Amino acid sequence: MREISYRQALNEAMEEEMMRDPDVFLIGEEVAEYNGAYKVSQGLLEKFGPKRVLDTPISEAGFAGLGIGAAMVGLRPIVEFMTFSFSLVAFDQVVNNAPNMLIMSGGQFNIPIVFRGPNGPAHQLGATHSHATEPLYSNFPGLKVAVPATPRDAKGLLKTAIRDDNPVLVLESELLYNIAGPIEDKEVELLIPLGKAELKREGVDVTIICYAQTVRMALAAAEYLAKQGIQAEVLDLRSIKPLDRETIISSVSKTHRCVIAEQNKPFCGIGAEIAFQVQREIFDELDAPVLRVAQEEVPMPYNERLEAAVLPSQEKIIEAVYQVCYL
Amino acid sequence: MPATIPVEKDATKLPGLERELHLLYQMLLIRRFEERASQAYQQQKIGGFCHLYIGQEAVAVGALAAARQDDYVITAYRDHAHVIARGASLNACMAELLGKATGCSRGLGGSMHFFDRANHMYGGHAIVGGHLPLASGLAFASKYRGEDRCTLCFLGDGAINQGAFHEAFNLSALWKLPVAFICENNLFGMGTHVARAASVKEVATRAKGYDMPSMIADGMDVRHMRDTVYTALQAMRKKPHPFFIEARTYRYRGHSMSDPATYRTKEELEKYKQEDPIADFKAILLSEGKLDETKFQELDREAKRLSAEAMRFAEESSELPLEDLHKYTFVDGADR
Repeated sequence: MREISYRQALNEAMEEEMMRDPDVFLIGEEVAEYNGAYKVSQGLLEKFGPKRVLDTPISEAGFAGLGIGAAMVGLRPIVEFMTFSFSLVAFDQVVNNAPNMLIMSGGQFNIPIVFRGPNGPAHQLGATHSHATEPLYSNFPGLKVAVPATPRDAKGLLKTAIRDDNPVLVLESELLYNIAGPIEDKEVELLIPLGKAELKREGVDVTIICYAQTVRMALAAAEYLAKQGIQAEVLDLRSIKPLDRETIISSVSKTHRCVIAEQNKPFCGIGAEIAFQVQREIFDELDAPVLRVAQEEVPMPYNERLEAAVLPSQEKIIEAVYQVCYL
Repeated sequence: MPATIPVEKDATKLPGLERELHLLYQMLLIRRFEERASQAYQQQKIGGFCHLYIGQEAVAVGALAAARQDDYVITAYRDHAHVIARGASLNACMAELLGKATGCSRGLGGSMHFFDRANHMYGGHAIVGGHLPLASGLAFASKYRGEDRCTLCFLGDGAINQGAFHEAFNLSALWKLPVAFICENNLFGMGTHVARAASVKEVATRAKGYDMPSMIADGMDVRHMRDTVYTALQAMRKKPHPFFIEARTYRYRGHSMSDPATYRTKEELEKYKQEDPIADFKAILLSEGKLDETKFQELDREAKRLSAEAMRFAEESSELPLEDLHKYTFVDGADR
């Protein structure tokens, strides 16, 4: 075991998969000569050359669609969005062309493509650059959506995504790029399946369901709660689609209380779906209504204090846990 | 009765005379197929939208006669002609219109989403302009692999004002991708005349902003279409780069089956009907002594027979079972 950053983990995933398969290539804005806007693709141009690591113009619909077309004939593109907020100008390509091709063609064309990049609010980027797009993209059958929270998951999920024969979105986070975490040695092939949540901490009193940016908040909250005598179970979804319903249901069946910590807006968000699944499957097991900790339902303000008020936090998770425990 | 005339996989390999009769025959096949489809639509055997190509046959037939069988072909939603000209069976096309499992997209795509992988036909795409970046991607793949195949991307004049059009043009020109964009300028994006939609007087002018070579073809003249596209493809195979071809044509029917086309005059329609690509080409071949009336009737009867047969085939075909509903969301069968 060793420790590397989330950024380095993503870089290793791409490097290993590009070594393994000559059909894999990387395109996006500033991915080559600039070494990535967030340095995730550092060194890849040098290793693989301009044929396989391509800087694009600022033209998201163009290069996202180009990737999908190349995937129709068997190439395996990794398309980097500088942020998923910018994927919205390629929305038609991502939601119409990528996931619909298989069914529209009667099964003749699958699209083995990865769209990846930072997603969700970062720090004072304002309304246009802070979108958490996971509820949006999870609403289109045919897309898989991964939301890694740790360096290990970032590498393992991205490698799996690149080998997947379907379109997969890997939603990273600018706020996580610098965090370090334990990971297997480079010699060990690390593949983490999509659709498998990870139990980050065992507990018996309440289940906190989280993913991506909210995992750290949930773990910190659980740590604090333990000192108060509340044993919280922390479940990191790791992918939104497919969703690991079995693990969610089995955890909440055990704790009988559930708080969902999500990084998106609450309305039609990930928590809404999970709360539905929980009440549908184990209504009788619940000792309290399911609560959500999400963003406030407003476009993101620039002001630091107001932004903090919009975002989920450790404190808000703790408060929600008190509520479901009737404390 | 002649035996079924085979749809030649590579029309440019046919000896001269047969090759030209083949162009005529393909146009007849498309026309008769769509006339059948039109009837079936009115009888409510076909659902959704159905956009007919009648009047524009010379564009797809001429252009695809110039292509190699391993070239990539992609088009918009007025797609029946391209798939037929590419060699798909009328049976599979008609079955698709009727939503049957034997359809070219198993009845899951419909009129606007015809696909035929075996013939390198990459669809039928129904968001205006949305398939142009896909065409750039197909061309990117052939360049990535060092192949000399070209991509032929058909689009309507309505697409030339979409963002995706401009992004695909820029990327294709910037990266010198071997894609021929063939604009079927039938003068109307649904009911809006191109002059009310585009800032340029000539559609072909759009290429200039991207330093892309362009040509204007007579889209009512199948030979001119073939020769123009052939010229472009030859140049592109020697040295990869994109090409823009504006094919000037006209559709005789409305935008879709539900469109009475009141935005144009009877006189205008009549004028273009005098330039019918099939009647004109027939007259040329007659005058050149390459065709006689008996032979023409033979070809036309065969096209009608195959269209009727396709309808019978489609009606007798079964639909996909409901159990298959979730089979096409993910290729590995993952379902949620």
